[in-house]
Amino acid sequence: MKSLLLKHNRNISAAAGSTVKIVSILISPMDWQGQKLAEHLMQLLLVCFAVVAFITGYVLGSFQTMMLIYAAGVVLTSLLVVPNWPFFNRHSLNWLDPSEADKHPKPHPAISGPKKKTAKK
Amino acid sequence: MHSFSYRANALLTFAITILALMCAMASVSDNFNSPSPTSEVQVLNINWFQKKPDGDDEVSLTLNISANLGSLFTWNTKQVFVFLAAEYQTPKNVLNQVSLWDGIIPSKEHAKYWIHTTNKYRFIDQGSNLRGKNFNLTLHWHVMPKTGKMFADKIVMTGFRLPEAYR
Repeated sequence: MKSLLLKHNRNISAAAGSTVKIVSILISPMDWQGQKLAEHLMQLLLVCFAVVAFITGYVLGSFQTMMLIYAAGVVLTSLLVVPNWPFFNRHSLNWLDPSEADKHPKPHPAISGPKKKTAKK
Repeated sequence: MHSFSYRANALLTFAITILALMCAMASVSDNFNSPSPTSEVQVLNINWFQKKPDGDDEVSLTLNISANLGSLFTWNTKQVFVFLAAEYQTPKNVLNQVSLWDGIIPSKEHAKYWIHTTNKYRFIDQGSNLRGKNFNLTLHWHVMPKTGKMFADKIVMTGFRLPEAYR
């Protein structure tokens, strides 16, 4: 009975884990290097598919072929670029820890600022 | 590129812009096509030739229209609209064009056209000027593209004449 319950709990947590993974792929933010990669990859893939589609359609004399190849390219690119895959998050951002930030207080701007302006006039 | 919806939007916008460019290039590629269409029309019979009660002349013809318009088709052609017009001059109008027949050619396979028919649309003059009239039969066509610019041209066939008297 206990072993059954344990198995049941493990299955639930496994399912919860994969759900969390899927949700994170869809929702979580991407780091800066990943964003750059995503943008370049998107532009490169779409232009390449467009060129291949146009040349193939022109040579074969079929407008429909061009459209189908390009549509396939758009779908492939969207699957590759839009979700937040792990390879976009290889250079993770290291935000400063709050306890560390407290040790180095922010410098305050000098109060003599406005006086300087009137002096310049 | 910081969120899912941002990336999806950017991708869709870029994809559609590139699609517009591809369609423009496809239309430009139509300019490299140099077509050589041929056509021949025979007036087999003048069925009747009358003056209507309101004063206008009307003719009914039986025509034999044959044309080979295959060279007009490119990869970017949706269909070719073709019509036959009778053109003549009267004291009132420098150019009269009366459409006698039209048709749609959906693909290159149907482009070798041969049809034996009476005129699909009525040949009615504005007035009573058709007795003994010399007229041209002009085959016009419009090459309708899948995307982009439509090309129109014609072949003029001269030498047709209507009878001197009503029948």
